[in-house]
Amino acid sequence: MSVKQNPLRKYIRDGNLPHFFCSGCGCGQVLNYFLKAVDDLDMNLDEIVTIGGVGCTARIPVYLSTDTFHGVHGRTLAWATGIKLYKPELKVVIFAGDGDLVSIGGNHFLHAMRRNLDVTVILVNNFNFAMTGGQVAPTTLFDSITMTTPYGSKENCLDICKLAETAGATYVSRWNTDKPMQSVNSIKKALQHKGFSLVEIMSQCPTNFGRYSLKTGDTKKVLDWIVDKSVPKAKAEKMSNEDLADKFVIGEFVHTEKPVFLGTTVYNQDEK
Amino acid sequence: MIDKENNWNQKRLKTGVHFMLGNYAAVEGALAAGCDYFAGYPITPANEISERMSQRLPEVGGVFVQGEDELFSIYSVASAALAGAKAMTATASAGFNYMQEGIGYASAVEAPCVILNVQRCRGENFATHADVMQMRWGASGDYETICLAPSSAQELFDYTLLGFNLAEKYRNPVIIMSETTIALMRERVLVPSYDEIEIVNRAYTDLQPDAYLPFKAEENAPPPMAPLGKGYHTLYTLNYHNEDGSIEWDPKGYDKLYKRITGKIWENRKDICRTEGYLLDDAETVIITYGSEVRPAMDAVRMAREDGQKIGLLKLVTVWPVPEEDIREVAKGVKKVYALEMNIGKYAREIERVCSRYCTVERITKNQGIIHTKDEIYQAIKG
Ligand SMILES: Cc1ncc(C[n+]2csc(CCOP(=O)(O)OP(=O)(O)O)c2C)c(N)n1
Repeated sequence: MSVKQNPLRKYIRDGNLPHFFCSGCGCGQVLNYFLKAVDDLDMNLDEIVTIGGVGCTARIPVYLSTDTFHGVHGRTLAWATGIKLYKPELKVVIFAGDGDLVSIGGNHFLHAMRRNLDVTVILVNNFNFAMTGGQVAPTTLFDSITMTTPYGSKENCLDICKLAETAGATYVSRWNTDKPMQSVNSIKKALQHKGFSLVEIMSQCPTNFGRYSLKTGDTKKVLDWIVDKSVPKAKAEKMSNEDLADKFVIGEFVHTEKPVFLGTTVYNQDEK
Repeated sequence: MIDKENNWNQKRLKTGVHFMLGNYAAVEGALAAGCDYFAGYPITPANEISERMSQRLPEVGGVFVQGEDELFSIYSVASAALAGAKAMTATASAGFNYMQEGIGYASAVEAPCVILNVQRCRGENFATHADVMQMRWGASGDYETICLAPSSAQELFDYTLLGFNLAEKYRNPVIIMSETTIALMRERVLVPSYDEIEIVNRAYTDLQPDAYLPFKAEENAPPPMAPLGKGYHTLYTLNYHNEDGSIEWDPKGYDKLYKRITGKIWENRKDICRTEGYLLDDAETVIITYGSEVRPAMDAVRMAREDGQKIGLLKLVTVWPVPEEDIREVAKGVKKVYALEMNIGKYAREIERVCSRYCTVERITKNQGIIHTKDEIYQAIKG
């Protein structure tokens, strides 16, 4: 009797399943979206280096059959730069949690975008530090209850896509796990893009964000919360700032071309 | 990676005699070794290294990048090294603090790389050996570093070159322990010719991806590397990793991994460690020192010899791992050892540990941001 296998199974590192994500976690979906994009584009995983820092999201590349860097918090873009400058022919894809990317790794993020490093960042925004047990993150909404904001968060949250746009990223989009087609399409565009590409995918974390902030561990309810707050870009353009205050705009924000980073100073034989 | 036989660019090597800044000499030593990736962040008194690298590396086909901080420097150096580069960064004490995290990573994944640290006094650019212990175990987790201590511009050239070779041979970070004294000094530097330079390159596997296990190695030895982007699918993680790279926890495997990672340095210390002895044959007392303190110590030994005192000097080229055998050999034949250094007395503990069974140990320390004068040392060792 033959057992049917998921066609994307061939991209998974042998012996690594089952994965360690909680049931209901969006990381598995994002992993699938990425592999679907790779498969649709018929890309060779041998030529892709995947990177994760630490965190739940950062585990995604550990399951992939690729050369992979993992295990240090927030330094993904420093690793990516070393690889891209030395071996520009390799493609580099980073999977980062919001804490990894913009809290501890914020400075590297800013400067990699400013330089237009040729790398794809897939950001899984679950609105909290999940792996450490649900603490407040730079993406946590004002007044939210988390494990370190028992009286509500008095910190303003960051719109990472807006930051990326300002800092010089050349491809920027945001979706949620409820938008698989859009997510896959954006990842495909990002993978084909020459320059810094950011795809933010807002994702449900029922175990920590759900239970502490939304008082529910129910996956669907946590996802509904995200979906209810997601406003397509075209609609958002007609809304007031006040109405948008608690909302997440989804869509594609930036898609431009700029020279990519090859080093801080580059010797050109022909000019000398 | 630069292959000396096939694509060595002659611009790399400035063969001849130069009157050269210590920091520049380190750059030339790195280039001679085949360095083709450098990342740095501005800090005095290491700036001239970045500045000269920014000019020299691109013209020989290498990559120069000035990062946003020292964490960037060390991680991009580690990843470039795993991508095949002979990679280096340079900093001074405050920046070296930040690099500890990445040195821990480079040690865990066995990334060959060179880190040059020009020690300075907490925010001030005065001379010191205050960071000598940090060179060894500044990061969390188990590892052993190789640390070399030059005492002149010439040795900044020589030891940086040697540092790359040791990094490649043992797949380990190597630290060049520089100091303000020599980094900012101009002296005679002899750059050897192409034929006089020995280059060591890391071993790559000859196995096909299916048969290759990235962290399977002989006892006390580094594993052969696999090229990046060629289907070997290596996982380079800080987490505990099995021979195949997977991160499933195995208590015995953890023990074994770090026995090997530390053992490949510690158990090979006879190959790694270098010392130089002066006037040791008939010596009854000996100064043991490292770095720029070797210079006034040598003068003081000559002065004391003129008085008829039977004194010698043991210079530690390798500070970590501790050259225990050489130190012990000296201690066995003398009445007293002087542990000379420019701090509150740190490496002295290692010298005491090794020597106390055989002879007395007396510390000569100075912690004023100024190197010992020969007279100060002469006074201290005068019978
Ligand atoms: C230097 C360092 N600081 C802190 C930690 C602890 N830590 C582990 S994961 C994590 C962040 C998790 O949040 P995020 O990056 O948003 O990823 P998520 O787990 O939510 O996917 C932290 C702070 C660490 N491993 N290393």
